[in-house]
Amino acid sequence: MGPSAIMTAYIARRLIGFGVTLLVAAMVIFYLLDLLPGDPAQFILGINATPDSVARLRLQMGLDAPAYQRFVEWLGGMLRGDFGMSYTQRAPVASLIWDRLGVTLPLALAAMVISILVGLPLGILAARRRGKALDTSIMVLAQTGVAIPNFWFGMLLTLIFAVGLRWLPPGGFTPWGEDSGAALRGLILPSLALALPQASILARVMRTSLVEVAGQDFIRTARAKGLTMDEALWRHGVRNAMLPVLTILGLQFAYLIAGTIVVENVFYLPGLGRLIYTAILERDLILVRGATIILIIAVTSTMLLTDIAYAVVDPRLREGSRT
Amino acid sequence: MSLLDVRDLVVRFGDVVAVNSIDLTLDSGERLGIIGESGSGKTLTALAITDLLPEGATRAGRISIDGAPTPTTERAMARLRGKRIGMVFQEPMTALNPLMRINDQIAEAINLNCLHASAQIDTPQLLAEVGLEQKHGDRYAHQLSGGQRQRAMIAMALASQPDILIADEPTSALDLITQRKVLSLIVEICARRRMALLFISHDLKAVAQVCSRVAVMHKGRIVETGSVSNVLGAPKEDYTRRLIAASRFDVSTHQQHSVGAPLLEVEGLTRDYRQRNAFLLAGKPLRAVDNVHFTIGTGEVLALVGPSGCGKTTLAKIIVGLDTATAGSVRFAGQSYRGRDLPKALRRDISLVFQDPFSSFDPRLTIGNSLAEPLHLETGLDRAQTPARLAEAVSAVGLDPAMLDRYPHEFSGGQRQRLAIARALVTRPRLLVLDEPVSALDVSVRGEVLDLLARLRAQFGLTYLIISHDLDMVAAMADRVLVMQAGKIVEEGRPSAIFSQPQHQLTQDLVAARLPELG
Repeated sequence: MGPSAIMTAYIARRLIGFGVTLLVAAMVIFYLLDLLPGDPAQFILGINATPDSVARLRLQMGLDAPAYQRFVEWLGGMLRGDFGMSYTQRAPVASLIWDRLGVTLPLALAAMVISILVGLPLGILAARRRGKALDTSIMVLAQTGVAIPNFWFGMLLTLIFAVGLRWLPPGGFTPWGEDSGAALRGLILPSLALALPQASILARVMRTSLVEVAGQDFIRTARAKGLTMDEALWRHGVRNAMLPVLTILGLQFAYLIAGTIVVENVFYLPGLGRLIYTAILERDLILVRGATIILIIAVTSTMLLTDIAYAVVDPRLREGSRT
Repeated sequence: MSLLDVRDLVVRFGDVVAVNSIDLTLDSGERLGIIGESGSGKTLTALAITDLLPEGATRAGRISIDGAPTPTTERAMARLRGKRIGMVFQEPMTALNPLMRINDQIAEAINLNCLHASAQIDTPQLLAEVGLEQKHGDRYAHQLSGGQRQRAMIAMALASQPDILIADEPTSALDLITQRKVLSLIVEICARRRMALLFISHDLKAVAQVCSRVAVMHKGRIVETGSVSNVLGAPKEDYTRRLIAASRFDVSTHQQHSVGAPLLEVEGLTRDYRQRNAFLLAGKPLRAVDNVHFTIGTGEVLALVGPSGCGKTTLAKIIVGLDTATAGSVRFAGQSYRGRDLPKALRRDISLVFQDPFSSFDPRLTIGNSLAEPLHLETGLDRAQTPARLAEAVSAVGLDPAMLDRYPHEFSGGQRQRLAIARALVTRPRLLVLDEPVSALDVSVRGEVLDLLARLRAQFGLTYLIISHDLDMVAAMADRVLVMQAGKIVEEGRPSAIFSQPQHQLTQDLVAARLPELG
């Protein structure tokens, strides 16, 4: 089997895993929310409704059908892009989520890019100057970055850049359609607040990983070929050191999305996090279910991308079970 | 003027002097060997010459190449060693970048030096020179065998057309036949390119085969130096004499023992590994052990020899109950089993000693705790008896029971292998399976450990199954030898008969790959 066939097979295997994960997650979400106490029909109609009208609404909403049938219908609907109707907002769940994703997805992606652009170079720099003042400073900075909660850092950023310097808006969001420049400016501070702890973690992982790689035999071989330590680390070390960093990156995306709930509240952004938060408070189960499955798709896709990135970097992984 | 001139070289780790005022010269085309035990400073000497010392080590002294002192800036020194010195290291798996194709790694070495190189050289040419096929260049390190990896390492070292090749234990991670081939390759290339060689090894026979001059290192100093025939043939220093004596396996207590009734019978043992292809579909199974029959008599020493990957370790794992056979069975003391179903009552009768005494002890357990673990197999054992049993096992291997409270890192390699044997003895077993029991040890302590095994056999009437690729050791220890290839037993007999008149092709190759005795 040629190298490209091996790679295709690897990706095919991951895709199957991706599908199975999503299916299992959908089942878990469906049944957990189904088990929760509280009847949605009763909730919509309020406590004064007659049992008769509740029963009618249940029938209308299809709540009397057996669970597996409702699950299959829900799943089929989602495949056609129909996530059901939110009964608190009286709007299709899909369009509610779609609007909010326009805020949350750019926010999480921007935070991810910033944390990579800041964290990895700092980690490499610290590793190359190990034990020197620069290394110590970077590591103290990273320690602080992990420790500071991002809502507090967000407020600090607002104080400096919005209230003090008046460079950027303190909060709120202008939709992309109206003024994309303003939309972008509205996301700068939130994504910085979100990126700080992630960048700090990445810097630490990158440093540790590169320091370990620096002690390995193949770095000595590279130096024996005529490279200086810095050249050897750059050409041979960084790529090997990336393997643990990739794992962390994949996991971080999940945290970023969870982190948006807090940051969106601090900056008053109409994102997915705030949508889920209010939906839970109002017991809008259909909306919670739809939003959660979208989050799961986002996180699982990141894991899939991480796995593929792994195989691109490391030829040993493509061969899978053969060790 | 010498090609390489080292004067008064000192390497320190803080206050500890690891290499103490060494003088060395290497003329162009000359082949110099440095021999000594591990920890004698021979590797540090090589790394100091090329300025590749590990972090924390400092060096002092004068090193010059062609009369010019080596540069002090990192970049200039890096380029000089790239251009003038090629290096081959011990463990070719870790010495190659796992994420880069062999071709790219060789090309990098060529490109780094192309500005200086007088004659053009390319990757295909280098692959051919070290006896690799062109397709091997497209592979990654994990897709090559140990010998192929070491050839790739040599190709990289040759890329800059250096005048000096430094080879640090280049063959000790390889099996016997591969070892011999790689040694011949190094000698042949040095001769063809008129390249000087600094060959570092603890294997005196390899040094005798390859080098013309030899320096003996002991505790950071060179204790003796001279031509190979003088130093190894008529050593002046006591230390050299001891080293030479240790490299011959004169197991002192070896005598003919009477072999009793069969203790272990292996009947038609087969082990298939299911292989999955990339699509997770069942592929053709890999047959690691193929219909093997043999018996071991009580008190007998049986050796299983063969190249790496021939299935000898799989066979051993089934016998000790760590793996299960696909077909066939093992009978031990009248009870039949297929591997993991080895009855608990019998487990204490069969012990295993691993190759590497460094990784086979849990670093966070005291030796006493590690040694006591197998005792849970003895259900009737009173806890109060444990200390006495541990003391008995440790005394049997010639160590002091007071050492039981210490941790593995506090012991030398030889001591650890004694402790590993003590751990195997603690349940008072009848059969000891020894997987390469001395190949991870220094030549100077191998003899001691083998003597110990011979003494324990006589004292406790033990039966041994020794797995090894080292024919000299097998010849010294075994009553009977089985030769294994691709999962099958291909030859069987007394060591003297097998080694003087090998019948099977593999046995003939193994015997031919043996290096001649010293002197």
